[in-house]
Amino acid sequence: MKHLLTTADLSREEAIRILDTAAQMAATQSREIKKLPTLRGRTVVNLFFEDSTRTRISFETAAKRLSADVINFSAKGSSVSKGESLKDTALTLQAMGADAVVIRHQASGAPHTLANAGWVDSAVINAGDGMHQHPTQALLDAYTIRRHLSGARRDATDPTSAPLAGAGVGQDLAGLHVAVVGDVLHSRVARSNVQLLTTLGARVTLVAPPTLVPVGVEAWPCDVSYDLDAVLGDGRPDAVMMLRVQRERMSSSGGGFFPSPLEYTRNYGLDSRRLRLLDDHTIVMHPGPMNRGLEISAEAADSPRAVIVEQVANGVAVRMAVLYLLLAGDVTHEASDKHGVSPKEAGQS
Amino acid sequence: MTSGPAVPERPATEQTAPVEPPAPTEVLGAPEIARALTRIAHEILERNKGGSDVVLLGIPTRGVPLAERLALRLAEVEPGLDAAGLVGTLDVTMHRDDLHRQPPRAIGTTTLPAAGIDGKVVVLVDDVLYSGRTIRAALDAISDIGRPRAVQLAALVDRGHRELPIRPDYVGKNLPTSVHERVHVRVAEIDGDDAVLISQGPTSPEATTAQAAGEASR
Repeated sequence: MKHLLTTADLSREEAIRILDTAAQMAATQSREIKKLPTLRGRTVVNLFFEDSTRTRISFETAAKRLSADVINFSAKGSSVSKGESLKDTALTLQAMGADAVVIRHQASGAPHTLANAGWVDSAVINAGDGMHQHPTQALLDAYTIRRHLSGARRDATDPTSAPLAGAGVGQDLAGLHVAVVGDVLHSRVARSNVQLLTTLGARVTLVAPPTLVPVGVEAWPCDVSYDLDAVLGDGRPDAVMMLRVQRERMSSSGGGFFPSPLEYTRNYGLDSRRLRLLDDHTIVMHPGPMNRGLEISAEAADSPRAVIVEQVANGVAVRMAVLYLLLAGDVTHEASDKHGVSPKEAGQS
Repeated sequence: MTSGPAVPERPATEQTAPVEPPAPTEVLGAPEIARALTRIAHEILERNKGGSDVVLLGIPTRGVPLAERLALRLAEVEPGLDAAGLVGTLDVTMHRDDLHRQPPRAIGTTTLPAAGIDGKVVVLVDDVLYSGRTIRAALDAISDIGRPRAVQLAALVDRGHRELPIRPDYVGKNLPTSVHERVHVRVAEIDGDDAVLISQGPTSPEATTAQAAGEASR
C-alpha cells in the first residue's frame, strides 16, 4: 500500500490490518507518555484546500504522536489564492522533501491526480475530496463499530459499558447492519462507508429523501430506503450513522433538496421517539459537526448510546495507523515480505 | 579486527555446483530448554533476593511464552508469588530503528502486570540475543511506560554478534554462530514443540564457503 485514496481499493485483509494497527495505536494513547519515536525524521504535510479544523487537527495530532514533523498548509492566505496550481504546489512540496501529503480538496479526484501524476514521490492520503471519498473517516467509523459490536460485544445489552481495550481485534463486521441516514448525495462519508463496511462484511442501508439519493445508487452494494421509521423498526440496525445536512441546502432558495428544515427533521431526524425504536445494543454515530435539532436531536446526541465523541478519539488512532503503515516501512520490499522470514524468526533479535 | 569471518579464495569447481542446504541442526531439545529456564529462574531469585519486586516482560513473539514459563518456575520456588501477576508483554515494534528499511511490521500488544513497573526490577525475556537492537528498542519502550528500579535481560540463546553495548544478565545457552547461520527457537505454545535449531542462512556458495571458514577458524 503506497497511498490511501479510496476505500474501494482496500481488501478485507488490508482493512482489518489497518483496524488492528489502530487498536494497538489506541492502546498506546492511554499511557502517560503518548508520543512514540516511530516516524522520527519523517515529514507529513497537511495540504488543506478546503477548511476543516477537525480532520486537520486529527491528522496533525496523529503525526505528532508518532514524532513526525508536521507542516500545515492551508489554501487560504497561501499562493493558491494567488492562482498557483495544484501541480506547482505539489512540486514545491516535493522539493521540500515531504514523505506524506495529507490532502483535502474540494474537487473529487484531486488526491488521485496528486498520487498518479508523478509530481511527488511521497505517500498521498486522501482527507476528503469533493463528493467522492473520505477513507480515514470510514475507517474510524468501522473501527468504532467493531469496538462496540463485534464478537462478544455483540450481545452486550448495555451500550454504555466501555468496550474492552482489544475488543474485536482480527475480526471483520460480518452480520452487522448499518443504517446511513441523511444527505447521501453530497456525502463522501457515505460513499466511503458503503464500500468499506461492505468489504468488511456488514450490510448497509442508505436512508434519504429521494432528492438526496445519487443517480446510479442501484450499482452500489447496499439497500436504499426512503422511510427511516421502517428501517429503524423492521431493519433492526446495529449502528445508525447520521449524516450532516448543510444549512445552505435546506430550503428551496439554496438548491431545494427538501422543502423545509422542519419537514426534514420530521422525516429523517433522529429524535427521542426514533431513539426508543432502537435495539438495546444499537449505537448512534455522526461524523460531526452536528446540527442539533436538525438531523439529530440533543437527546440522541447526548444519549449513552451515542459514540460521537469516541469517534473523534478513534480518528487519531486510525490516522496514526494509516501514517504508520504508509510511512514506517520500506514498501519497495513489500513483495519479498510474503515469502520471507520475519527478522525475529531469523534470529535477528 | 573484523566482526565476521574472512572470505577465502573459492575453488572454481564450487562456483558451478549447486549447494544443497543442509538440514537444521538441533542444538537444544525440550529437556535442555526446561533445565536452562529453571536455572535462569533460580538466578533471577538469587540475584534479586527473592521475587517480590520482579516483573518479567516477554518480547513478542517467542519471548512471551518463555517469560510465562519463567514466572511459573519463580512461583514454584517462592510459593508466595502469583505467576500471572509477574508477567507482561512488551512490544517494541514502534521503537525499532530499522523500520525504514523493511516492510511495515504488524504491531503487537503491550500488556503490563496490574501493579505496573514503577520501582520494580524488570527482567526482559527474549528468545535469541543477536545484534542487541531489539533490546535497545525495548529499553526505549520501557522508559515510555514507567520507571523501573532496574532492568535486567534474560535470553534463552546468546548467539553473539552484538552491534550495541548490551550484555545479558541471564543466558540459557551461549551459542557461537556465524552471521550466515540462522537460529530458530521453537516453543511448544506457538510451534508445537521445544527446540533450538541452527540452519544455514543464504544458500549461495559464498555464504557456505564463508561459513565453513568461520567454523574452521573457531
